[in-house]
Amino acid sequence: MSTALINPAVLRSEFRLFRREPGSLFWVLLFPALLLGILGSVPSFREAQDGLGGLRIVDVYVPVCVLVALIMAGVQAMPPTLTGYRENGILRRLSTTPVRPSALLAAQMLVNGVAALASALLTLVVGRLAYDVRLPEQPVGYLLALFLAVLAAISLGAVISARARTTKIATAIGTAVFFPMMFCAGVWVPVQAMPDLLGRIVQCTPFGAAARALDQAAAGDWPSWGHVAVLAAWTAVLSASAARWFRWE
Amino acid sequence: MSVIEVTDLRKAYAGRPAVDGVSFAVEEGEIFGVLGPNGAGKTTTVECVEGLRVPDSGRVRVTGLDPVADHERVAQVLGAQLQESRLQPKLTVREALELYAAFYPRPVDWRPLAERLGLQEKLTTRFAKLSGGQKQRLFIALALIGDPRVVVLDELTTGLDPRARRDTWELIEDIRANGVTVLLVTHFMEEAQRLCDRIAVIDKGRVAALDTPSGLIRRSAGATVISFTPSTPLDDHELNTLPALVALENKDGRITLSGTDDTVNAVLSLLARHHITAHQLRVTDATLDDAFLDLTEASA
Repeated sequence: MSTALINPAVLRSEFRLFRREPGSLFWVLLFPALLLGILGSVPSFREAQDGLGGLRIVDVYVPVCVLVALIMAGVQAMPPTLTGYRENGILRRLSTTPVRPSALLAAQMLVNGVAALASALLTLVVGRLAYDVRLPEQPVGYLLALFLAVLAAISLGAVISARARTTKIATAIGTAVFFPMMFCAGVWVPVQAMPDLLGRIVQCTPFGAAARALDQAAAGDWPSWGHVAVLAAWTAVLSASAARWFRWE
Repeated sequence: MSVIEVTDLRKAYAGRPAVDGVSFAVEEGEIFGVLGPNGAGKTTTVECVEGLRVPDSGRVRVTGLDPVADHERVAQVLGAQLQESRLQPKLTVREALELYAAFYPRPVDWRPLAERLGLQEKLTTRFAKLSGGQKQRLFIALALIGDPRVVVLDELTTGLDPRARRDTWELIEDIRANGVTVLLVTHFMEEAQRLCDRIAVIDKGRVAALDTPSGLIRRSAGATVISFTPSTPLDDHELNTLPALVALENKDGRITLSGTDDTVNAVLSLLARHHITAHQLRVTDATLDDAFLDLTEASA
């Protein structure tokens, strides 16, 4: 039915348009795997570290690169696109058809979410094939954490799109949010290697909690409920805020 | 039943009324113009018809349906072209037509539609690469693709060159010839005079006049303009006493008068009485421009 949230024609069209954006394709789909490839090419990163419980740096960076994919899709790629749709009257034009503009919002979230997931899986495959990083030993727990992290990243992007009036502002907010998120995901220092207090604070952020949950599942444990709860709470708050603040024109 | 009925529509933004009691009805098969200066409330009025805005008070019906409460059903019978709206820059013409066709239960075939609008050569061109005229033709196509009973065209020809504007006028006449009712928002007098069956002149949020284009012109005070160069100078006093005279101008020996047909006849007999020859005598109807200025000034 045309009142359904997902409109197949809109979804197909947005998927096709995503494939026409070289920037999004590179930064969302290729860059995270490439980053892992570069890190793994450093010989000392492939040696077991006592400080990391016998893991190699490249092992620790697989979840980090997975989260980079999510942040790229949710915070960098999606908000300027959605804000542009509002700025250029595309959402308004859709409001005059039997299809609601929310179909376009839903399609963008789905396309970017799926791209983030695909990129995460590509990163796992590259880690496995190139550097012999073991695949997650608790796959169900890993997928749960990954899925929640994708939802959190996409809802964060939706909040930015909701608040930013212009594409320029959306890009600026996206970039401002990007670096703290990357830090929390452990790009510079893996979360488990952070000093105690800092580590605890970072674990209360969506990507800090996601990093820890993914680590635990990769090592074969069920992700601790604390991390899962933090992720779920962030997702709930962010998506509720986006729904409340989103302006259609 | 009228296709569009607007009754005592009111809408204010931040306490300032944009539309302040507008009423009109658009009948099946007509081209109905909404004419007015910038900021008069034209766009707000049609946005209420399209269901994009919720009126503060008053009644809007499209084929008997409420555009807000019955949004989906109204959207199926009403095609819209919005002022200053764009499409995704990398969407091609063909993809846009197919996408919008998928939104409607009984869309028309987009191929003949694209051909009618001269877009068949541009089907694989992306929206961002189209010229202004091509973009407007695509928006007309998207407004028609759901096989609507009425289309709302808002400032369709603004920003087009004169050639593209005239081509667009032919398209609008073509739309009506196909049985679709047209609500046309414009601030071009020439466009309104050429296309519209009836016009609502909107000024400061109210309907200043509602009539056919010739009716509006007739209504305006100086509907007929007569100008000539007399063979010997004429006395201004005698001219000033002409019946139904609205304006008199005597410049470099050339006299321009506006009034009614009575004024014209009186001038002719005056000239005959004095045996004066009128060189380069011209009698013209006032244009909608004159009527419009008259109407919008009257309410100032």
